[in-house]
Amino acid sequence: MSGHSTYVPKSAVGKWFESRLPIVGLIHSSFVVFPNPRNLNYLWTFGGILAFMLVAQILTGVVLAMHYTPHVDFAFSSVEAIMRDVNYGWLLRYLHANGASMFFVAVYIHIFRGLYYGSYKAPREILWILGVVIFLLMMATAFMGYVLPWGQMSFWGAMVITNLFSAFPIVGETIVTWLWGGYSVANPTLNRFFSLHYLLPFMIAGVVILHIWALHVPGSNNPAGVEKQTEKDTLPFHPYFTVKDALALVCFIIFYCWFVFYTPNFLGHADNYIPANPAVTPAHIVPEWYFLPFYAILRAVPDKLGGVLLMFGAIAVLVFLPWLDTSKVKSANYRPLFRQFFWVFAVVCVLLGWVGAKPAEGGYILLARVLTAYYFAHFLIILPLLGLFETPKKVPASIAEAVLGKGGSANAMAAGAHAEPNTKG
Amino acid sequence: MDVATTAAEPTRRDFLYLATGAVGAVGVAAAIWPFISQMNPDADTIAQGAPVDFDLTPVAEGQIVKLFWRGKLIFVRNRTPAEVKAAEDVSLASLPDPQPDSARVKKGHANWLVVYGNCTHLGCVPLGNEGPYNGWLCPCHGSVFDTSGRIRQGPAPTNLPVPPYEFVSDTKIKIG
Repeated sequence: MSGHSTYVPKSAVGKWFESRLPIVGLIHSSFVVFPNPRNLNYLWTFGGILAFMLVAQILTGVVLAMHYTPHVDFAFSSVEAIMRDVNYGWLLRYLHANGASMFFVAVYIHIFRGLYYGSYKAPREILWILGVVIFLLMMATAFMGYVLPWGQMSFWGAMVITNLFSAFPIVGETIVTWLWGGYSVANPTLNRFFSLHYLLPFMIAGVVILHIWALHVPGSNNPAGVEKQTEKDTLPFHPYFTVKDALALVCFIIFYCWFVFYTPNFLGHADNYIPANPAVTPAHIVPEWYFLPFYAILRAVPDKLGGVLLMFGAIAVLVFLPWLDTSKVKSANYRPLFRQFFWVFAVVCVLLGWVGAKPAEGGYILLARVLTAYYFAHFLIILPLLGLFETPKKVPASIAEAVLGKGGSANAMAAGAHAEPNTKG
Repeated sequence: MDVATTAAEPTRRDFLYLATGAVGAVGVAAAIWPFISQMNPDADTIAQGAPVDFDLTPVAEGQIVKLFWRGKLIFVRNRTPAEVKAAEDVSLASLPDPQPDSARVKKGHANWLVVYGNCTHLGCVPLGNEGPYNGWLCPCHGSVFDTSGRIRQGPAPTNLPVPPYEFVSDTKIKIG
């Protein structure tokens, strides 16, 4: 559906260039005339917001790396020097640190939008799986970035997360020593984490290009969950969606700036302003908020290897989601039962995050176990069965009908007599 | 028939294809190896694994001291007679990782317990003289160790390991 570029260079230089590298035409067909479903709501603006956040993190990160020293003796003080001595260093660091949280705020909304509207279903399975890959890379990048200031939470976060790999039988210790480059979390560990923290965002950028490429084959899903069929179902990307994306982005940046300027340490941990001490673990050690649900799953299992496998499994199960959900109806708007289960699942994820921040004792462990069981049951039991037993509401014949009602539908059907039958559940 | 014979007969191109592929695969493996190996502990890190002497004289009865060997935290605990007795009187069947206390200390030096100081669960440092057995309690995920450093409750799978060490005299140990 990306179609041929209608771009015609006007100037002689433009023609000369376009016949040698047709990149302006590619941008024109992908982000100017590209036909988007006309019913996209504001939840569809988070892709653009995420692209902005990736660029913002790379920009602030590259600049911070000019002042940061990846050595156990200097890392903490170089970060303090950024805060106190470097011109606008405080601003750049707070933008970067809070930017990581905003990146995850946006990605979680983006993922849950995909879950609600069935954006992972055919023909978007590869698009969805690429998204899971980006999510994993984001988690690795965020984790290694959090280690760099070399405070207490940095050090003990690195210790706990790298020790996850020691759970694997026989090869576990060898893997952990290899990851550390020593017999404990130490200077080689910090040095390589810095290198990888610089590398991974560019790998994310690479996978994002594949993600957008895969997106532009079928085009965006939409709140009706039916594919675009005729021109009447769509509007050109520019100006309709550029302005929608821009408005949402500006609102999001205001939200982001509120954290940066008014409460820059709200999402962090005070313990990380204590230099790393390998002899003392902070009394209450928790990961950053965006890892809490997975941390809760890890702690819910009394067995070390079992906990690690279940935690990784919580993300791995997303890869198989397109085939676990047996319903052909995409949008939850037309799936009355799924819609309820979706919200239960969303609440379960939030509760997992809440319990992940609590100490691992008594009732919290029991609650974490119930929630973990539900998390997996949602994907492995509820979704496969719902598709078989649920009676979906009548799905509109086209996007135009969903937006304009039956009258619009009649016109749309007249315009596109070859409406495909893939809109039925 | 003629065609089939030609197809079955290996040509010089087939040979070149396979030979190039085989040498190429060996080359790729040889090229990958240094990239993997450089991640392992370097010569300097390994050299720091040389044995260290530790003087036990200043460690009072009931005290736990922390020291580092090869970058790893080690607890040296001068156990009270009551703590030694508590460690020795445990029925082995009740332990998740059964090991008699006598196997975890040196003969004739039962009051000295020397163990690695990172929890065998995920590596946090357990707090001394805490928990139901007055051994150690890990603040991260709640593992409980007794006065012999053995796991009693919680997610840690094994006892705190004993590092290699020996008594060079009654008041001095050599770790490593």
